[in-house]
Amino acid sequence: MILVVLEHDGKTLRKGALEALTRARALSEALGLPVHGLLMGENAEGALEEARRYAAKVYLAKTGPYTAERFAEGLYQAGKEAKVIVAPSSRQSRAYTARVAYRLRAGLLEDTLESWAEGGEVYARRYAYLNRVLQTQKAALPVVLTVKPNTTPLAEPLAEAGQVEEVAVPEVATVEVLERLQEEKKGVSLTEADVVVTGGRGMGGPEAFGLVEELAALLGGAVGATRAVVDAGWRPYSEQVGQTGKTVQPSLYIALGVSGAVQHLAGMNKSKYIVAVNKDPEAPIFKHADYGIVGDVHQVLPALIQAVKKLKD
Amino acid sequence: MKFIAVIRQVPDGESRLKIEGGRVSLQGATLILDQMDEYAVEEALRLKEKHGGEAVVVGFGPERTEEAIRTALAMGMDRGIHVVAEGYVDPVTEAEALAEVLKEESPTLVLTGGQQADWDSQALGAALAEALGVPVVAWTTALELEGETAKAKHDLDEGAEWVRVRLPAVFTTQQGLNEPRYPTLPGIMKAKKKEIKKVAFGGRTRVEILEEAIQEKARLQKILDGKDPVAAAEELVRLLHEEAKVI
Ligand SMILES: Cc1cc2nc3c(=O)[nH]c(=O)nc-3n(C[C@H](O)[C@H](O)[C@H](O)COP(=O)(O)OP(=O)(O)OC[C@H]3O[C@@H](n4cnc5c(N)ncnc54)[C@H](O)[C@@H]3O)c2cc1C
Repeated sequence: MILVVLEHDGKTLRKGALEALTRARALSEALGLPVHGLLMGENAEGALEEARRYAAKVYLAKTGPYTAERFAEGLYQAGKEAKVIVAPSSRQSRAYTARVAYRLRAGLLEDTLESWAEGGEVYARRYAYLNRVLQTQKAALPVVLTVKPNTTPLAEPLAEAGQVEEVAVPEVATVEVLERLQEEKKGVSLTEADVVVTGGRGMGGPEAFGLVEELAALLGGAVGATRAVVDAGWRPYSEQVGQTGKTVQPSLYIALGVSGAVQHLAGMNKSKYIVAVNKDPEAPIFKHADYGIVGDVHQVLPALIQAVKKLKD
Repeated sequence: MKFIAVIRQVPDGESRLKIEGGRVSLQGATLILDQMDEYAVEEALRLKEKHGGEAVVVGFGPERTEEAIRTALAMGMDRGIHVVAEGYVDPVTEAEALAEVLKEESPTLVLTGGQQADWDSQALGAALAEALGVPVVAWTTALELEGETAKAKHDLDEGAEWVRVRLPAVFTTQQGLNEPRYPTLPGIMKAKKKEIKKVAFGGRTRVEILEEAIQEKARLQKILDGKDPVAAAEELVRLLHEEAKVI
């Protein structure tokens, strides 16, 4: 069996789940194994009807809300017999899939861009060295594989609704969640946006991000931030792009007052076009930019907004 | 109490990578203690300073990894253990080997970086926790000991949370947790005399790397002068619209 972790929000399946399904189906053909789905986490029942449309069998594991341990237990209980486990790649999934990979002593292929099977082995491509190197990997079964978001077409529903099987999950209580600090989401999600406008410390303060938001909205994009900005408390952590933040790969990435440190580049160097505005002509970001303006962001950004408005009229 | 930091040696992110025979060659690259692991070393030192006990650095990798272990010793770690392994070893197999060593040490808690700067893997901390049968807190930004438990703040995909975990536990570290100290000259002198126990790695990697290629895209680098911000902005928007066709 190939088991796919169907991430959901309590109502609908996440895009990542449908990408993982596509990968699983391709592997299923090459390996001759059926594809089953797994729902776990809070309000998993809410996504059950939709999940049944995508997998011949859907396991429902009552894990309760996310902790790496609970999700690892749920995934292990449903997937101990699986030859391949496929999950969307996220910070959270990479913790629980690693636990399960260890339990199964499986080959772990993390954050893969593409994957295929040949001769009973699974191959994958992924980035390494802070996103600078493309790596081809291979592992024998069993394999645990995570799928980098926005790399794979979304799966189509099946003709027939799948069966449901409940999976007993032993209670895991080593981690107690004291407080969850949710950040409100507005506009397009950062990792899925086709345009990202990022402000760095060069913006000078939180007020200046009003204009960053305005430009992002004009271009139908999302706002990003550097670690320096997040540490200063100007923007929420959910907007951080980089090694310890999110990885984005939009068509257009605009970096305003960003120096271009390697740890930041690691989160955005795969963008199709990179634009930089910085007052320092020596700033490293210019070496990684397609277009740029050497200038004061406080003068350039308002002018950019006007120019985009003019274009749209 | 015993605080353990698990570390690796990686190329500096700024150093040029070369490809030889379809694989990355680190010949000539500057090799450093992984910066994500530096936060683990710093946190182990701070915990020891506050609660007493011992701070031990455990390194995994080829012979040269000893340099990174010495850096951690120079920062103040008490002693080192080096699991010597040549070539690529996947994090699950690595965790298996490290767990053997860690079980013998019975640590109060274990810290390691959230993501490796060479393999871009986030698996080691969680796999290590599984191997030890303890909880993992990934991407930790705050950590306090409270008797038999620890209270920690850590990042999720959306937002963050405060958790309480039973110890021992594994914490993966990242920027924001602390400011790593620099090794001092006396620290470097002392580090030379500190013990590093060598352990041979006997396992076999489950994942093989077949090929590597540099993926740095050549950029156009059309940089405009912004002395006249309005003219520069208009030209930039024209280029993005007509040439790049992204707006
Ligand atoms: C292990 C580790 C992980 C990290 N992870 C991340 C991460 O995920 N994301 C991340 O972003 N960073 C990360 N960092 C931090 C990173 O190294 C940099 O410190 C950070 O990216 C710098 O942010 P910045 O470019 O906004 O600020 P700075 O480096 O301070 O740069 C500000 C820039 O703005 C320019 N500027 C100033 N004023 C103006 C003006 N008026 N007009 C135009 N330009 C102006 C300056 O010339 C400068 O280039 C990490 C570091 C480590 C060690």
